[in-house]
Amino acid sequence: MYGFLMRRLAATIPVLGMVALFVFLLLRMTPGDPAAVLAGDNGTPQQIAEIRETLGLNKPIPVQLGIWFSNLLQGDLGQSYFFKKDVTELILLRVEPTVALAITTLVITVLIAVPIGVIAAYRHGTWLDRCVMGFSVLGFSVPVFVVGYILIYLFAMQFKMFPVQGYKELADGFFPFIHRLILPSITLSVIYIALIARITRASVLEVLGEDYIRTAHAKGLPNRVVLLRHALRNAAVPIVTVIGIGVALLISGVVVTESVYNIPGLGRLTVDAVLGRDYPTIQAVILVFSGVYVLINFLIDLTYSFLDPRIRY
Amino acid sequence: MSDLSDLRQETAGLVDAAASADAAARKLSVWRRLARNQSVVIGGAAMAVMLLVAIMAPFLGTMDPAEINPAWRNKVPGTELTGTAADGSQGWVYRMGTDTLGRDTYSRVIYGTRVSLIVGLSVAGLSIAIGLVVGMVSGYVRWLDGIIMRVMDGLMAIPGILLAIALVSLSSAGLDTVILAITIPEMPRVVRLVRSIVLSIREEPYVEAAISVGTRLPLLLIRHVLPNTVAPLIVMGTYIVASAILVEAILSFLGVGIPPEIPTWGNIMAEGRLLFRIFPHNILFPGLFLAVTVLAVNMLGDGLRDTLDPRLEKRM
Repeated sequence: MYGFLMRRLAATIPVLGMVALFVFLLLRMTPGDPAAVLAGDNGTPQQIAEIRETLGLNKPIPVQLGIWFSNLLQGDLGQSYFFKKDVTELILLRVEPTVALAITTLVITVLIAVPIGVIAAYRHGTWLDRCVMGFSVLGFSVPVFVVGYILIYLFAMQFKMFPVQGYKELADGFFPFIHRLILPSITLSVIYIALIARITRASVLEVLGEDYIRTAHAKGLPNRVVLLRHALRNAAVPIVTVIGIGVALLISGVVVTESVYNIPGLGRLTVDAVLGRDYPTIQAVILVFSGVYVLINFLIDLTYSFLDPRIRY
Repeated sequence: MSDLSDLRQETAGLVDAAASADAAARKLSVWRRLARNQSVVIGGAAMAVMLLVAIMAPFLGTMDPAEINPAWRNKVPGTELTGTAADGSQGWVYRMGTDTLGRDTYSRVIYGTRVSLIVGLSVAGLSIAIGLVVGMVSGYVRWLDGIIMRVMDGLMAIPGILLAIALVSLSSAGLDTVILAITIPEMPRVVRLVRSIVLSIREEPYVEAAISVGTRLPLLLIRHVLPNTVAPLIVMGTYIVASAILVEAILSFLGVGIPPEIPTWGNIMAEGRLLFRIFPHNILFPGLFLAVTVLAVNMLGDGLRDTLDPRLEKRM
């Protein structure tokens, strides 16, 4: 187990390093002089030169990469052009809404997708199965923002069950917080549910053909027990794997959903940064999101032996 | 959403439908089998209609999609234009209403089909062309393999839309920039697929036989490796078309994609955002077109996968 952990960890480091390298190159390829941008419209050539000196922009590219990288390891992501703040600080301010949105989405997804996937597999070939599969293809095809606007139109404007847009911090009370999160989370979960329901169905369906399932049925266990304890447990590894891979989908969805619902999270920050050509912030957001993605998949790998005791490292 | 096409294929890995493709059907010609597959027929027909719409856009009762008519702003669908339009025609019906500048939403949606299809097809073509070359090199030139695959791993660790957004922000927005920005996150998947095919083909007896009779590498690749990539790449290309159309719409919707004066579905929706509560038609109509198109392409992809190469699901 320990050896596996180290090997797996060692495998993620080159990936993260590669991401960091791309992100660095991205900033180097940007049009314009960062020092001139930071100095502002009224910056004198002298000020620009000073900024260039402090940022190390007059040094050769490999040295700059080294400086940038060591700053990165110390958690210093640079200065935002647009907000005139430390990017690290900026990101920390925006983390809560995004994490809240991601967690509620994950909860909704697992609560809906896994049961419908299991039922579809159990009722394989019936109209119920076809409905689930049809929803799954549909879920992949309807863009997040169209889902968002349709839900706003129906549940916020016609039925007035939820606020149209906005976000309330958890500190302002749990009800207003969750009330504003429900629609965005459902929006974001549609594509994720489509994905997880599909893999759950496929994976459970495969397990249902196994001998031990027939044995379980033969010794008279109720269907519920066979499905949950015997089928689902054995089908868990691929499901959890796809939940991890699907985080990339979730991150992409966050960017759009936060824009639709006006949620001041990391996704909105990304869009604002791109519109403001705020390259340090764009860089940092990509680093953070990619890091989280790689990390989550690393953690998921670690859960395999817990989910399936046959797997030993 | 490059992640999307990737995931669809991964999750499909266990789907049973393909396995049940019976041996009898296998004997029929490819075209007969395709014609028998419901998803292929429905998805293909819907795509053909979209393609026709895109080509015939000027003849489908549209006006100039950029024509601004300040007197007729924010009209609901079905509003009739009385009097004379700028081009001299009379009695115009705004089938899908107008936007905040008084442009005809119907014409804009119809013309938007062109952009979506151009982006979808170009991204698929480009990423397959690049992916094929890079994948073959990676599969055959051993010392380059490690480097190429590490670069691809890095690219795939960045969520697709984020990478596309960042790439678009590097230069001024335009159709070509957007196509390139969507291609780069899509391409690593093609590289991986081609590389895995090359690696498995190398071990086949007929390839060994070809090598032993002295076939040179370029000929070997063209004659023996390339044909094996055709079916999987057609399927993958279809999924890339779907995800590229979605990503383009998302980029335009967020305001970082194709310039707003070009009518694309994403742009129409972006403009419709502010007044969505009063005039939902500017979001709903392009959204419907977008969803139907992507659905059609995805169905076509699923059907093609099941008929052309059932084993593919496990490999991707």
